[in-house]
Amino acid sequence: MIGQQPNDMRTAARRVRGLGAARSGTRDFWHQRVTSVAGIPLTIALIVIVIALLGRSHAAVVQILGSPVVAIIMLLFILNSAYHMWIGMQEIILDYLHDDKFKFLSLMANTFFVIAVGLACAFAILKLSFGV
Amino acid sequence: MVEITLPKNSRVTEGKTWPRTSHATHLTEFKVYRWNPDDGENPHVDTYFVDRDDCGPMVLDALIWIKNNVDPTLTFRRSCREGVCGSCAMNIDGTNTLACTKAIDDNKTPLKIYPLPHQPVVKDLVPDLKNFYAQYASIEPWLHTVTPAPEKEWKQSHTDRTKLDGMYECILCACCSTSCPSYWWNSDRYLGPAALLQANRWVQDSRDEATGERLDNLEDPFRLYRCHTIMNCSKACPKGLNPAKEIATLKKAMVDRQV
Repeated sequence: MIGQQPNDMRTAARRVRGLGAARSGTRDFWHQRVTSVAGIPLTIALIVIVIALLGRSHAAVVQILGSPVVAIIMLLFILNSAYHMWIGMQEIILDYLHDDKFKFLSLMANTFFVIAVGLACAFAILKLSFGV
Repeated sequence: MVEITLPKNSRVTEGKTWPRTSHATHLTEFKVYRWNPDDGENPHVDTYFVDRDDCGPMVLDALIWIKNNVDPTLTFRRSCREGVCGSCAMNIDGTNTLACTKAIDDNKTPLKIYPLPHQPVVKDLVPDLKNFYAQYASIEPWLHTVTPAPEKEWKQSHTDRTKLDGMYECILCACCSTSCPSYWWNSDRYLGPAALLQANRWVQDSRDEATGERLDNLEDPFRLYRCHTIMNCSKACPKGLNPAKEIATLKKAMVDRQV
């Protein structure tokens, strides 16, 4: 059994009860489903946009990505994917990393990475859209 | 961390090949995991040849035959020999199941028999299920009520009673929980399919008055939400139950009370 040391004298009940239920988790579970569903039309839209960009000049690409409807779809895709990715990676970390130091560092790194990547992508779209 | 390889003292080695019975014509080869806590040696896989003309049709019959005729030190749990008690759960031909309801001829030969995976071994095919039972106890598998007990029985409609079908049949053999990778990695915090199926059995029981408290105690990223619908549990269950579906019902109840 993972986590049980040879000199662990706690009873099985003590180990199972542990620190009690966290009274959370449903939110992440539900949001993971919501972002999955939202991801279907957004991914289809993204593919359509990318196909529309194929073979066009730089100026035309900038113009298409900067147009309000396309920019909003792209932003929605980025926000949705980043949030979905954040929950998903957190699940994987909780599954596989049991060493506290490693786990908390990974959870933080996950958050930092998602915010940085999400913000960078969003900034790129906004820059094209507002042309500054 | 996830344990990908076995610790050095748990690596399985080739064991002894026991002599076949001289006069037997119809033999089946069995490879059985052996480990003795007292001899200080690594686990090993022993080979036995079972005389099928002298032995019943099930894997448990073969194990009993080996114990009676070849090697009396072979250790395993068994009791009812008809799939009701859940004692003889083990890993047969790569699948967790009950030795008493699994026919010998339904497996590849040589027939490989190991204890339930990822549990400490007490001896040979006997796993230590202390943690598993403590998890079952932690969901408080009895009726909780605030209404004073009625003079006779707590009443339940036929429709409400049918909601317990597919759950009350669970015999707690641990085949499902020990087949679940999520349970392998996190059995210290994740309750596992068997305990969660039982939890849902009480959440769905129309006579129980502590549904909210029960859900409170399950609402946890580990206790419930380590289930990633891998579905090994439903595939393994020797009673044909569907723990994955019952866990999904629990998750739905969690969402239902929030939105």
